[in-house]
Amino acid sequence: MSEQATTAHEKYYVPEKSSMAVLATIGLIMSTFGAATAMNQATFGDGEPSYTLMYVGLFVFAAVLFSWFRTTIRENIAGLNSAQLKKSYVIGMFWFIFSEVMFFAAFFGALFYVRTLAGPWLAGEGEGGAMNHLLWPGFEFSWPMMQTPQEAVGGVTNQLIANMGTFTSAEKSMAFSEVGAWYQWLPLWNTIILLTSSGTVHIAHEGLLSGNKKRFNLWLGITVALGVVFIGLQILEYYEAYAHYGLTLNSGIYGSTFFMLTGFHGFHVAMGTVMLGIQLIRSLKAGHFTSDDHFGFEASSWYWHFVDVVWVGLFLFVYIL
Amino acid sequence: MGDHHHGPAKGLSRWLFTTNHKDIGTMYLWFSFAMFILGGAFAMIIRAELFQPGMQLVEPAFFNQMTTLHGLIMVFGAIMPSFVGLANWMIPMMIGAPDMALPRMNNWSFWILPPAFLILASTLFMEGGAPAFGWTFYAPLSTTYAPPSVTYFIFSIHVLGLSSIMGSINIIATVMNMRAPGMTYMKMPLFVWTWLITAFLLVAVMPVLAGAVTMMLMDIHFGTSFFSAAGGGDPVLFQHIFWFFGHPEVYIIILPAFGVVSQIIPAFSRKPLFGYASMVYATAAIAFLSFIVWAHHMYTVGMPIAGELFFMYATMLIAVPTGVKVFNWITTMWRGSMTFETPMLFCIGFLVLFTIGGFTGLMLSIAPADFQYHDSYFVVAHFHYVMVAGAVFSMTAAVYYWLPKWCGRMYNETMGKTHFWISFIGFNITFFPQHFVGLAGMPRRIPDYALQFADFNMMSSIGAFIYGASQIMFLYNVIATIVAGKPTSDEKVWDGAEGLEWTVATPAPYHTFETPPAVR
Repeated sequence: MSEQATTAHEKYYVPEKSSMAVLATIGLIMSTFGAATAMNQATFGDGEPSYTLMYVGLFVFAAVLFSWFRTTIRENIAGLNSAQLKKSYVIGMFWFIFSEVMFFAAFFGALFYVRTLAGPWLAGEGEGGAMNHLLWPGFEFSWPMMQTPQEAVGGVTNQLIANMGTFTSAEKSMAFSEVGAWYQWLPLWNTIILLTSSGTVHIAHEGLLSGNKKRFNLWLGITVALGVVFIGLQILEYYEAYAHYGLTLNSGIYGSTFFMLTGFHGFHVAMGTVMLGIQLIRSLKAGHFTSDDHFGFEASSWYWHFVDVVWVGLFLFVYIL
Repeated sequence: MGDHHHGPAKGLSRWLFTTNHKDIGTMYLWFSFAMFILGGAFAMIIRAELFQPGMQLVEPAFFNQMTTLHGLIMVFGAIMPSFVGLANWMIPMMIGAPDMALPRMNNWSFWILPPAFLILASTLFMEGGAPAFGWTFYAPLSTTYAPPSVTYFIFSIHVLGLSSIMGSINIIATVMNMRAPGMTYMKMPLFVWTWLITAFLLVAVMPVLAGAVTMMLMDIHFGTSFFSAAGGGDPVLFQHIFWFFGHPEVYIIILPAFGVVSQIIPAFSRKPLFGYASMVYATAAIAFLSFIVWAHHMYTVGMPIAGELFFMYATMLIAVPTGVKVFNWITTMWRGSMTFETPMLFCIGFLVLFTIGGFTGLMLSIAPADFQYHDSYFVVAHFHYVMVAGAVFSMTAAVYYWLPKWCGRMYNETMGKTHFWISFIGFNITFFPQHFVGLAGMPRRIPDYALQFADFNMMSSIGAFIYGASQIMFLYNVIATIVAGKPTSDEKVWDGAEGLEWTVATPAPYHTFETPPAVR
């Protein structure tokens, strides 16, 4: 077993009382309550949903987070953070990223379950023969699923069990076979961009470690730019999906898994881009970060590597296989 | 910033803005007790309705809302926060740390809980009523057939999941990084060990629960078909994801209880814990196994035979490390100089009743037998033996055990013992007959039942009222102790107690171990 970091008579910085937790709670609760209300108005109500509460809550939340991180950074600059406290931040960030991995695991799990078990069963494989024959006659399983069970029986009016709506499958999937040439396939470009950005953020880190702030700023800037390009291409892909492929959230389980996995990943890339962008601004405008004190950047770069690894999983299991 | 040799701030701002682990622990404990009373009140409504066959007091729809909210509030509002509160109070004092590793986030983890449960409780007054699909919220009951309030339910689950994740990260960072010099991992008190492992479980599975409710949200509002076969999804997928969270969740609830019992039994047996290392390994083994047994909740849903067999044998394996623990506790008491103060009584009650709950769990793990037991009152009896006699009894023991250290006043021992005996008897009158009606075929979550179950149900209801009333006595005893208990200033309130928390002054000062103590 490894020994602990504490040394005898060291003082650990315990911050004074702070109003940030309560303010953050107000923002969080306003935004979630507002989002729930707006969604219910849109789905169950009549009339226009109101998003005001949600947006105000999100604004409050963002403002508190800004102030929270600013306080933390100032404490560090003031020299309050011992080596031991810094290790607490490292441990905290590591387990936060682990929790994010498990969040994606739920959606990957759903994808694997549907593709290897539930889909074939619906088509009558194994013990599912009677189910297929009685409930979804004519449904055949393929992936990407180009015909939902509902369509196989002739639409929502012909199906025997209730559900939440109409599921019309896509005309074209996002698979490589649907495009004419490799350079027309957006996911490939996205993969190249994101893998490259993991390299550039590493070069930036090396630059910082060797005390070369110019190199750091340059390569961090390139990383942020690649992140923005990735998000742009992802938006383009979604536009193509809705406008030309007929692939939407309503396209059965293929559309569901496709948009939820890529959507949450895209959201995390956006988060990562904002995080790295803030580090870039801190470095350029405030001259933050030295070769031995740059945890804000380091944590953001870990996060960036994490979204990169998730993308590799996505590219493999959503686009290729 | 600066020096900390001062007491707490005055007034409400002390509680709203605090970064002190003891303040935050106290808030968690009081909040969880409030939720315990609320969830208990719902249970009383359930038992009142079931007092006699036929429709008695409430509408079936409202009955369903009661069973749902009772489960959700007891699991997420009462038991989990109570142990987080205990962790906040005790872990820094047990490992010689000045506070939790991330004190401001600690405060935030607490403060998002009350509004989340306010939103959850407010669904009772919404159009269409509160969620009525059971605490397990299986799709499509929770999607296609759910009341509109399900959206608020989903977001409150998100918020309390966030709270749990942040709380766990804090505990992990504290235990890994803040131990006093010499406090190696294998010297840590068992309560710290069990919480460290619990925190790993929480960080691993709360995000999966968040994924499950997110899929529900998308199915309800945005046209996806995760849980709808018409779109190629599968309602059973929900059950898999839910129980991948749900099974570790039951160990999240019981492992800290194991930790508490492992602190208290040695103290009143005046012997060190028997088999410390094996306790640690057994806890880790239980945590590992909890990830590969989830589908034993779903034997009757339709699974390939290989799946049923795998989950059956994996589940049975859990009996091994759990047995190690039970035998270690018994062996700790063996030939000890035992005394039977209230905390010890609750621990012995825990030991006997939890073991019964463990054995019924073993019965339920047998897939072919489970086809008979599934969704019957046998299951209700089983999990109340582990949740109430397991987690709640040990939590009660913890309060009696550490309360004198917290507030420097001794509780009324006679009233404590009375509370134990009434709880113990009331609990068994409530839940023991439910084994029988369950085996005879009475289904759970139904407001009416066949006439042959009438006698046992009446017994159950009487027991529930007795158990419920005894908690008022507990509340009274705690408040009376804080306000006017007999002052004590012994550092060691209990002569057999061991550990760093008994080396600080009584009542525990606002700040303890600002510089770490040396541990031999």
